[in-house]
Amino acid sequence: MTIEAPDAFSGGKTPHFEETARESLADSQLRRNLGKATQTIRRKRAVAVEEMPDWERLREAGRALKSRTLRHLDEYLLRLEESITRAGGQVHWARDGEEANRIIAGIARSHGAGEVVKVKSIATDETKLNEHLEGEGIEAFETDLAELIIQLAGETSSHILVPAIHKNRSEIRELFMQKLGVEDLSDDPPDLAEVARLYLREKFLKAKVGISGANFAVAETGTVCVVESEGNGRMCTTLPPVLVTLMGIEKIIPTWQDYEVFMQLLPRSSTAERMNPYTTFWTGVSEGDGPQEFHLVLLDNGRTEVLADEIGRQTLNCIRCSACLNVCPVYERTGGHAYNSVYPGPIGAILTPQLVGIGKSGSDSLPYASSLCGACYEVCPVKINIPEVLIHLRGKVVRHKQDKGGLKGKLDPENVAMQAMAKTFSERRLYEGAQKAARIGQWPLARSGAIHRLPGRLAGWTDARDLKPIPEQTFREWWRSQNGSGEGA
Amino acid sequence: MTSAREEILRRVRRATHDVPKDERPEDIPVERGYRKEDDAPRDEIVERFAERVAEYEATVHRVNEADLPREVSEALERRGVRWLVVPADLPEGWVPEGVETLRDAAQSQLSNEELDQSDGVLTGCSLGIAQTGTIVLDAGEGQGRRALTLLPDYHLCVVREDQIVGLVPEAFAKLEETVKNEGRAITFISGPSATSDIELNRVEGVHGPRTLEVLIAGREAPM
Repeated sequence: MTIEAPDAFSGGKTPHFEETARESLADSQLRRNLGKATQTIRRKRAVAVEEMPDWERLREAGRALKSRTLRHLDEYLLRLEESITRAGGQVHWARDGEEANRIIAGIARSHGAGEVVKVKSIATDETKLNEHLEGEGIEAFETDLAELIIQLAGETSSHILVPAIHKNRSEIRELFMQKLGVEDLSDDPPDLAEVARLYLREKFLKAKVGISGANFAVAETGTVCVVESEGNGRMCTTLPPVLVTLMGIEKIIPTWQDYEVFMQLLPRSSTAERMNPYTTFWTGVSEGDGPQEFHLVLLDNGRTEVLADEIGRQTLNCIRCSACLNVCPVYERTGGHAYNSVYPGPIGAILTPQLVGIGKSGSDSLPYASSLCGACYEVCPVKINIPEVLIHLRGKVVRHKQDKGGLKGKLDPENVAMQAMAKTFSERRLYEGAQKAARIGQWPLARSGAIHRLPGRLAGWTDARDLKPIPEQTFREWWRSQNGSGEGA
Repeated sequence: MTSAREEILRRVRRATHDVPKDERPEDIPVERGYRKEDDAPRDEIVERFAERVAEYEATVHRVNEADLPREVSEALERRGVRWLVVPADLPEGWVPEGVETLRDAAQSQLSNEELDQSDGVLTGCSLGIAQTGTIVLDAGEGQGRRALTLLPDYHLCVVREDQIVGLVPEAFAKLEETVKNEGRAITFISGPSATSDIELNRVEGVHGPRTLEVLIAGREAPM
């Protein structure tokens, strides 16, 4: 099923999480596919991490390195620029997605490329590069198997690592037969992979320009890397004479040595392997080996806004492993499309609203797409405290409504109720008065020790759970009755 | 009009105004308390490498270095390789008789089509990592440029026992010189090409070599 919805980065209004989640929840095939996939990967990840006696120390080192980098990002950006330039590469800076797309399209055009091959890059999904290139008459071929699947299906990604996680083998078989004109295809995964191999091999061999993202870039040496499994990343970063890499400014790490931390954290958290099949590290241009022209495009697109928020800043630690998606009870049930963003799951729920800015009703709903169970924080290889940021963002969303909502915002019933609640909780006299009033008010609602349904706008609370009524006597009242005065400490 | 570069740097500086002016990056402590070196005995490390490479569905043989030519021959014969790609500086004597070799030299590089149509490639390596079963290529001696080990569908790789390190940090430490002084590209290979994109099942073989065979060459005859 294709869920046609604009995404948070496409400029239009996006629906609320609850609206799209409802659609996804109704799709039982999707829930089966997702349940199976996330359970498998969760189990495997646990095994891969269990094997590492120093896992917690690696996580802490990863977090500290990211914190060091982000606090001094200006310095590291300049160092990276210098290193890459020294190594024969060219560095470009893009304030937003549109600027990045223009730079990339310009490079492709200057080489007369009508086609480019791409290795999976969420940054390019964020900037909508493929659509931009298409508008300029340049066809972009996704070469990652899952990206190819969703590109052929005309869909969007639903998982950071496995964009087509929502599709099962028979759906993929059908798609390949239809779109690639393959006859007589089984739904055996190796057969499906073979189809992609043959289809894309020809593209790789004739491509003039390759486009990639980057997992990391070392400021000290200028060494960029792409971590992958299939070999399409090697193809895109090795075969075309020109390579363009789009990278968010937060992907920098200080030194070559720091790879020893991140290259242990990422594969085990991501695909639950000791090491992913292929990683390519390149430093500018190497004579006689690979592309002889290399461009790195550094992308801001809201990242400096995230950086400016002292609590939200840790979001930029993210190394896009997707472990948080795989353990999230909400993601497991709604799938990635419900988040209406190229960044789904718990990390998406904090990254998306910060990147696009608070005050867009669709992405403002994302910090609420969580039960705050904290499983995401526990598995995060760079220790992003996702629940902390979620709560912080909920606060920002509410404050935004209060500040920017005008009179309508001020008179919003939820806002009024919360204000009254805050007042009541801040004074004992009011609080006890409210308890007495509630005790009287609840008698028509309480049935056998529980309130099953609250009236009016409060009904939402009891939609899915019972409420415990206020007891006949509160602890304070009981204390007073035991000790007389009641004005104790 | 300010350039994008100046604008982004200005935004970054404004965003980090909470960072004290005199704070240096090194002031943020990074505890590298994780394992840096594997103190297990050498033969255990080599054995672990062999096991973990094999777990990725690669074929692994432990061989005597003196027997390499014969072992290479046999591997190529089993696979039915007739057109073998080799880097220009592959050690003499590794290449067996009776196989047509396509030698990739700096002055006369093989075309992508030639690489694509070959039956396989034979290389050495820079390092092996036991902890993760990883083979590291750094375009150094006996390895050639990156495309050589990418387009052929079969990669036969010789790893000398003394090239195997225990842990991931040991590998990055060893590679530091190459990166800093020569800037050569580095490839980590952990098993043959694979994907988990269909229902998160690992399937061997998409774009890179679908068959990886590793000869671990030691000085003493293996058991």
